[in-house]
Amino acid sequence: MPEGEAVVRVQDVIKEFGPLRVLDGVGFDVVRGQTVAIVGRSGSGKSTLLRCIAGLETIQGGSIEVCGHAVGQPGSAARAQLRRDVGMVFQSYNLFPHLTVERNITLALMLVKKESKDSARQKAAEVLRLVGLTDKLLAYPEQLSGGQQQRVAIARSLALQPQIMLFDEVTSALDPELTAEVLAVMEDLARRGMTMITVTHEMGFARRVASLLVFMHQGKVWEIGPTAELFANPKTAEFRQFVGSEL
Amino acid sequence: MNQLGTNHLLYLLIAAQWTVVLSLIAFAGGSVLGLAIALMRVSKLGVLRSLASGYIQLIQGTPLLILLFLSYFGLGIIGLKLVPLVAAGISLTLYAGAFLGEIWRGCIEAVPKTQWEASDCLGLNRAQQYAYVVLPQAVRIAIPPTVGFMVQIVKNTSLASVIGFVELARAGQIVNNSTFEPFVIFSCVAAIYFALCYPLSVASRYLERKANAGR
Amino acid sequence: MSYKFDFAFMADRWPDFVAGAWLTIQLTVLAIALGFALGTVCALARVYGGPVLRRLVGAYVEAIRNTPLLIQIFIVYFGLSSLGLKLSADVSAVIALTVNMGAYSTEIMRAGIQSIQRTQLEAADCLGLTRLQTILHVVLLPAMERVYPALSSQFVLLMLASSITSQISVEELTATASLVQSDTYRSFEVYLIVAVAYLALSALYRFSFWLIGRGLFARKRRLGTSL
Ligand SMILES: Nc1ncnc2c1ncn2[C@@H]1O[C@H](COP(=O)(O)OP(=O)(O)OP(=O)(O)O)[C@@H](O)[C@H]1O
Ligand SMILES: [Mg+2]
Repeated sequence: MPEGEAVVRVQDVIKEFGPLRVLDGVGFDVVRGQTVAIVGRSGSGKSTLLRCIAGLETIQGGSIEVCGHAVGQPGSAARAQLRRDVGMVFQSYNLFPHLTVERNITLALMLVKKESKDSARQKAAEVLRLVGLTDKLLAYPEQLSGGQQQRVAIARSLALQPQIMLFDEVTSALDPELTAEVLAVMEDLARRGMTMITVTHEMGFARRVASLLVFMHQGKVWEIGPTAELFANPKTAEFRQFVGSEL
Repeated sequence: MNQLGTNHLLYLLIAAQWTVVLSLIAFAGGSVLGLAIALMRVSKLGVLRSLASGYIQLIQGTPLLILLFLSYFGLGIIGLKLVPLVAAGISLTLYAGAFLGEIWRGCIEAVPKTQWEASDCLGLNRAQQYAYVVLPQAVRIAIPPTVGFMVQIVKNTSLASVIGFVELARAGQIVNNSTFEPFVIFSCVAAIYFALCYPLSVASRYLERKANAGR
Repeated sequence: MSYKFDFAFMADRWPDFVAGAWLTIQLTVLAIALGFALGTVCALARVYGGPVLRRLVGAYVEAIRNTPLLIQIFIVYFGLSSLGLKLSADVSAVIALTVNMGAYSTEIMRAGIQSIQRTQLEAADCLGLTRLQTILHVVLLPAMERVYPALSSQFVLLMLASSITSQISVEELTATASLVQSDTYRSFEVYLIVAVAYLALSALYRFSFWLIGRGLFARKRRLGTSL
């Protein structure tokens, strides 16, 4: 485990949908600047875990702490702070279809961070440069390719300068070329020291970029450790099998 | 017996203006009420949801004609003079509010849940989510059925005639009482209503098709 | 000022309201049945008919849906009698309501029929079903099942709209109210009572259509899945 301050602490989290227990005592820490990859079979609870960290779900047990604030219990003050600390990017982009790329980005800057129009626009231009889409400022989402839309979604989150970014299978709706351009943006972010938690099926990306690998199975953290180590010698049969099937 | 002439037709056309005015009043009032009802229907508070759905069931289970009489005589009870326009305006507003509320609730719910989540993650509060993300999208979905419902409003203003408000239908009866040519007169009246409603019907279908093609 | 509600008139006028409600039920059940039959035939014509027939049905539907029921009732009752076709108020009411119901049913059933795929027809043809059998079993029942919610709300709307027939003095529920209120001067109370009566009728109709729907479609669905 790398040294440093834990910015995300997940402890014994239990999440149930009715009778179905989807997260069953999940726990791990994320250190500032670290890139974490969460992998596992479909239905193992990866998205749910990420949504819990993002405060989109209430949890039935355990605790989640992000930058020192508790998450998962309703309460608007803590929630507002969480929104400042955490950015989330979805598999389906979820851009606002009725707004231009620029407005998608400036909306929260102006409404939530109360920035002036000029400064918000300036920031929009900056983050669009980061994701390589300066020329799409005035386009509407439907005029962009999936990869471009996803990069805008990343830019939209980045503009709010979160401490932590969450990515939920952000490339699984894209074909390989477009996947590459989005992954490049994410690698770049990781290199700049952003704390990131990514749910991904891209094993190559996980190996290259993630320092910590979390393998989820049946709602539990089945195996966890430095990425290279885990891939080099998997401890459990389930992880070995999973790696085999993903290759 | 009066001979039916152009002056009668003119009289009908002038009365038709009141049909339009009453329709606009009903649509404006119904929109305000309908928006409130729709927002209550999707509220997080169970009380508001039940209130709104109770209101919708009440109005949608009562004939507009009865609402009209209740408004008319109800106003009398609270000591207001019996002004047909006011009674008609109120009852049509109550009626349109319930139906538009139900239509618009569907439109708000048609905005994907992920749009709520994405804007939540960006830190927007609920009012901001409505104002900047959800309602603008819901409005686009709502336009075709809303235009379609305007046809119902225009047609239903004809009921205001029964409490003596002189709009198109009442004017038809008045002309008929002096000329006794009901078939011709009511056909003319129907034609004028058709001229008001048909363009709305066509527009609604066109917008609907356009919206579907865009998807 | 304060208003004192007074429902005392109900003590001896309730049979009038019951009679009015009964006529409302009779009129509207008849108009719904006839109108639905008319609409179904028109919908078939609109989907499978030749170009002339299609246009005719289209014109009928548009004419009815873009004019008020009140005026339609006036045309049937006053208009036709001035042309020499004297009809009683009750018969005029049933005709107008049926024609109105027919137009709305046409639109709804058309949507249902269009949702049945052509391959279903071909399959029925290959199995040797006659045209009538095909239309009944392969087209109409499934089509109706798909649009049944829209149909039954339209039926309830027609029942409510039948209150307009009071304007040609059909002695149904709303007309009864006018009569009683002109005798008693308790207008507001009278219409409150009638409003409650209509709410009860709406609930009754909704429940009945739900029952009918269950009877019509549940058995078919069970058969459909077990085969
Ligand atoms: N809102 C919900 N209501 C009920 N059950 C849910 C809900 N969301 C997720 N689940 C269930 O929780 C389990 C875990 O789902 P989750 O989406 O977290 O899996 P995942 O690991 O992200 O899978 P995938 O790789 O397919 O995205 C699944 O069995 C799913 O059916
Ligand atoms: Mg998932």
